[in-house]
Amino acid sequence: MNKKLSQSQLIFRLNGETVNIPAPNGRRLSEILRKELSAQDVKIGCNAGDCGACTVLVDGQPVCACLMVAEQAEERDVQTLTGLHRDDPITRNLSESFLNHGSAQCGICTPGMIVSATALLRKNDAPSEDEVKDALGGVLCRCTGYRKIIDAVMNAPAIAEHCNGDVGESVRHLDGRAKVSGELRFGDDVASKESLEILILRSPYHHAKFKFGNLEKYCQDHGLEVTLTAADIPGKNAFGVIPGFIDQPVFAENMVRFKGEAVAAIVGLASILSDLDLSKIPITWEVQSSHHSSSEAEKDGALQLHAGHKNNVMCRGFVSRGTAHAALKKADVVVSGNFTTGIVEHAYIEPEAGFAEVKNGRLEIHACTQAPVMDLESLESILAMHRSKIRIVPTAVGGGFGSKLDLSVQPFLALAALKTHKPVRLCYSREESMQSSTKRHPSNIKVTIGADRSGKICGFLFDGAFDTGAYASWGPTVANRVPVHASGPYNVNDYQASSRGIYTNNPPSGAFRGFGVPQSAIAQESMLDELADKLGLDPLAFRLKNALENGVETVCGQVFEKGVGIKACLKALQPAWIEERQKATEANKSSAVLKYGVGIGVGWYGCGNTSLPNPSTIKAGIFPDGGIRLHQGAMDIGQGSNTVISQIFARALGIPVSDIQLIGPDTDITPDAGKTSASRQTFVSGNAARLAGERLRRQITERLNVSEDAEFSFNGPELTVADRAGKHKLNLQNLPKNGEGFVFFAEETYDPPTKPLDKNGQGHPYAQFGYAAHLAVVVVDTKLGTVKPTKFVAAHDVGKAINPMLVEGQVHGGIAQGLGMALMEEYIAGRTENLHDYLIPTIGDVPNIKTLIVEEEDAHGPYGAKGLGEHVLIPTAPAILNAFKHATGSRLYEIPATPSRVMAALKQRMT
Amino acid sequence: MTVYSPSQLEDALNILRDPGFVVIAGGTDYFPSLKMGGSQDNILNVMKLPEMNTITFEEGGFRIGGAVSWTQIIKSDLPAAFDALKAAGQEVGSIQIQNAGTIAGNLCNASPAADGVPPLLALEAEIELQSAKRGKRQIPLVKFLNGIRNTDRQKDELVTSIFVPHPPKGMKSVFTKLGSRSYLVISICMTAISILLNGSGRIIDIRIAVGACSPVAQRLKTLEREMIGCRPNEVAICERHLLSLTPISDVRGSAVFRQEAVAEQIVRSLSRAVL
Ligand SMILES: Cc1cc2nc3c(=O)[nH]c(=O)nc-3n(C[C@H](O)[C@H](O)[C@H](O)COP(=O)(O)OP(=O)(O)OC[C@H]3O[C@@H](n4cnc5c(N)ncnc54)[C@H](O)[C@@H]3O)c2cc1C
Ligand code: FES
Ligand code: FES
Repeated sequence: MNKKLSQSQLIFRLNGETVNIPAPNGRRLSEILRKELSAQDVKIGCNAGDCGACTVLVDGQPVCACLMVAEQAEERDVQTLTGLHRDDPITRNLSESFLNHGSAQCGICTPGMIVSATALLRKNDAPSEDEVKDALGGVLCRCTGYRKIIDAVMNAPAIAEHCNGDVGESVRHLDGRAKVSGELRFGDDVASKESLEILILRSPYHHAKFKFGNLEKYCQDHGLEVTLTAADIPGKNAFGVIPGFIDQPVFAENMVRFKGEAVAAIVGLASILSDLDLSKIPITWEVQSSHHSSSEAEKDGALQLHAGHKNNVMCRGFVSRGTAHAALKKADVVVSGNFTTGIVEHAYIEPEAGFAEVKNGRLEIHACTQAPVMDLESLESILAMHRSKIRIVPTAVGGGFGSKLDLSVQPFLALAALKTHKPVRLCYSREESMQSSTKRHPSNIKVTIGADRSGKICGFLFDGAFDTGAYASWGPTVANRVPVHASGPYNVNDYQASSRGIYTNNPPSGAFRGFGVPQSAIAQESMLDELADKLGLDPLAFRLKNALENGVETVCGQVFEKGVGIKACLKALQPAWIEERQKATEANKSSAVLKYGVGIGVGWYGCGNTSLPNPSTIKAGIFPDGGIRLHQGAMDIGQGSNTVISQIFARALGIPVSDIQLIGPDTDITPDAGKTSASRQTFVSGNAARLAGERLRRQITERLNVSEDAEFSFNGPELTVADRAGKHKLNLQNLPKNGEGFVFFAEETYDPPTKPLDKNGQGHPYAQFGYAAHLAVVVVDTKLGTVKPTKFVAAHDVGKAINPMLVEGQVHGGIAQGLGMALMEEYIAGRTENLHDYLIPTIGDVPNIKTLIVEEEDAHGPYGAKGLGEHVLIPTAPAILNAFKHATGSRLYEIPATPSRVMAALKQRMT
Repeated sequence: MTVYSPSQLEDALNILRDPGFVVIAGGTDYFPSLKMGGSQDNILNVMKLPEMNTITFEEGGFRIGGAVSWTQIIKSDLPAAFDALKAAGQEVGSIQIQNAGTIAGNLCNASPAADGVPPLLALEAEIELQSAKRGKRQIPLVKFLNGIRNTDRQKDELVTSIFVPHPPKGMKSVFTKLGSRSYLVISICMTAISILLNGSGRIIDIRIAVGACSPVAQRLKTLEREMIGCRPNEVAICERHLLSLTPISDVRGSAVFRQEAVAEQIVRSLSRAVL
């Protein structure tokens, strides 16, 4: 050999600067960039090439840093978002364009997107939509539905306005800048360098008994710091979210109930953990039989997973009104169908991650979460530690969609930090994230609906079994919510809906955008189309005829005097409906293999907890120097609460949003704004922010004795207040300060007014509902079984659009998830535990979306606003399935409608 | 675990005498299949070998270097008979994957769903392997692929190039892939067809290769034979033509579905090929 073939040093240029590091010995470039070179702007979503979050430019070409042996970068130019944003005007313009379109929601995909798009724009400054898709097809985004990313890269006219951010204005995301520059720090970006790593040992079996051998010895032999098992838990080895259903162990004891369940953890240096041969860990397993569907688990004699839950029934939900059975007997037409939906994975691009340390005798946890205070309360119980000793500092969250409401890394981080007294970090691999995080409940639903000849609904029966997996998580919420919503937003007098959550050996099902309502809407909206068909009525007209209205009782007997917006949504869709149906009929005349169809889907969703208190508290104050601080504790997981709640507060106080200093959730300094779930933040925390803003305003107007609508202008310590009577000046520095240094201070709480449900589910479950109707246009390849949505029109009643650009962003993202659920997403434990086999929509799958914002003012929401986060995906899947029926004449009863299933359904119709 | 990045083939082959080495090209198959705990093997990086990085034209055909990436192929100026291979390349994963991943890696990885295989079968490609001990050999691609994740490559051999004999002048080719989404998707099934017609539109030469319907992608020889002398739309595809296929049922699709879809793909590919 004529020259040294392996180098002891690796030299390359990173963002223009030469770096020289010891040979990484075959490690991934991504790992070197993040761990050795502090390039935390390179994100890791999968470590397998499937998500593109780690995209960097190597000699100008986009590649996945996670798939590149670091040594292959030798003598080459590596650029990441940070460097590009600093050095390349193309990237900087692109970042601005992302802000102008709201193209970064959670922001975890943004570095990969902008880096990939930079490579495109360097060679093509005016790309077509298809060229953008080709360039970004390798980067997954779970939040945005991609459309706003396409707009940003094509440099479409800005949506964001130059404005004060008043309610109703499309101000840019207030926290957007750090997302588009690569500075934002997520769960795996905050650990101190010397942190020990944690490795969780998980069950390879769905159901098994197990015993440890000498773990301590294993630990010593391998130079590990400590091991953790159930025996190390000082408090209760149980977590969960619903009182009475706290049934999931942090570490399983003697028995595991699902594949991927944690049994132990080992803590040590990263370099040691990465080389461990886990097959040598002393554990013996005794595999048990397992069940994977609610129908198996419910059978008499099926192995019972939890004591006290016969037939594995976790809990039931029920709503009844009028006489459903009798009404169905009277009905002129009746339709009935059984629907099955699969397990759906949240597939946020950021796996669960965090960092913990013990600081001044207190435990600090920095992790991605949707519910910091719930995390605190759970840890209090697990650690048997007073809450004053625990601080939760949420990091940025790279997508949540419900699953980051539950604990994940937090107890492991806590136990490890407390046992080692050293800083520790933990980031789930994609596989363990998918194995262990909660899922959307798979369902088996039977719906029977009748109508009289005039087209009025007459009798409605619903029965749904929801597979809640091995532990309860949010299963009880699903069981409760579904019967309340299963009618859809219609006037149904004779109604009976029952639901039950069933334990199985699948991963725990929990909260996922809609808490079971998307599944029930599929069955219910499909059957409404069948009814319309039988009656010979136009599906939209049929829905309009039965739609709920102001002053009409819901199936829970609740009456809303204002704000019932479903008719307005349906009417908004009417022009597109007529036009698109005609176009499809026309196109089908000359098309034998490709069939076009247009379908509609409708949804409603109650914002906030079902008949339970769920207060939010917002604190704000004004400093002597004129600084206005808003302690905004509602976790922004990409949905935009940092921006929306600030806008509401700014309106109430009467200032531009740019005056606000935003302080995020931190259990030490920011009060509890409740969890980011149930589409409650805009409504509930928004109202608390409104109250806080109003109170501050009142304090000032009262102090100066000016009219209530006086105008404020803050200019350093000098506050100028103007009303008709003239101008007043107030020097803030002369005012007394409270303990936190504020001269004006407000802390306000809002809790939505609800009333408990009786045994028939009658009561006031929610103070407000939001309404939605989607129209989907699809083309079905009747010989290959592909279903391609080509257009969506989405009408959403949001009461008042606080920020229309953000409303659109939510709608797009929800539609993309609904599309994925309808057509491709199916989690199978042991088989689709990665983003290679578990398919979520890419940029090529989401067609043009037209959003129609409907504003039927709500009686309680801030400035009439309603929640939106979950509404956006409920109507999508039914709209697609109804469009499929329109295109082909076949109804799909099982989703996801993969090509294989579609062909089977088409064939069944022919035989 | 040390990484060797030789710039001379001779060195690379010598390194491979040591069985403790694994070859890495683009790494796009290597890393995803890495198990927890990592690999103890040392790494031979072939990306710095100049002779493996080019596509050359020689007597008898084209030689695609054993480290040529998908992007390189897509951007190369090649005869229409390579269109299927380029189209396959454009459907491999994403731009990121195409920039890093190599054709040789795709073949060596020997996945039943490797998109590179059907077009290369339709091009009647051959694989050139070299080792320090036994020198050079060149074998047809069909002989190289033995089964799922199983090739004829010996541990000390490198795939130094892929040789494609000159396709007949005027030969066209198409590639069709079916997946459940756009981009980043492994084929449910795929078809590559190379076709040559005479002046009156009849088939003189045809190669039809289908993938993901058997452990190794394969040519449909019965069908090919029957089509010679016919017009492309004259032969109805029936069960008899697909007897050699053994599709499986998995998350991507059922066996029955695959068999039917591939028949439809062939029909469509034929009509596209003669457009
Ligand atoms: C996200 C993603 C999407 C993908 N999509 C597709 C797709 O759509 N279609 C598809 O077909 N594939 C796909 N793949 C698989 C993969 O990208 C391709 O197979 C690629 O061509 C492999 O090339 P590579 O250079 O990266 O291989 P490597 O990972 O470097 O190597 C693969 C194997 O080949 C061996 N090897 C490589 N080169 C040589 C050589 N010259 N001599 C001897 N042995 C060698 C290696 O030892 C290894 O065993 C995808 C992969 C990812 C991660
Ligand atoms: S982390 Fe590299 S592609 Fe997902
Ligand atoms: S913004 Fe794209 S993943 Fe969240």
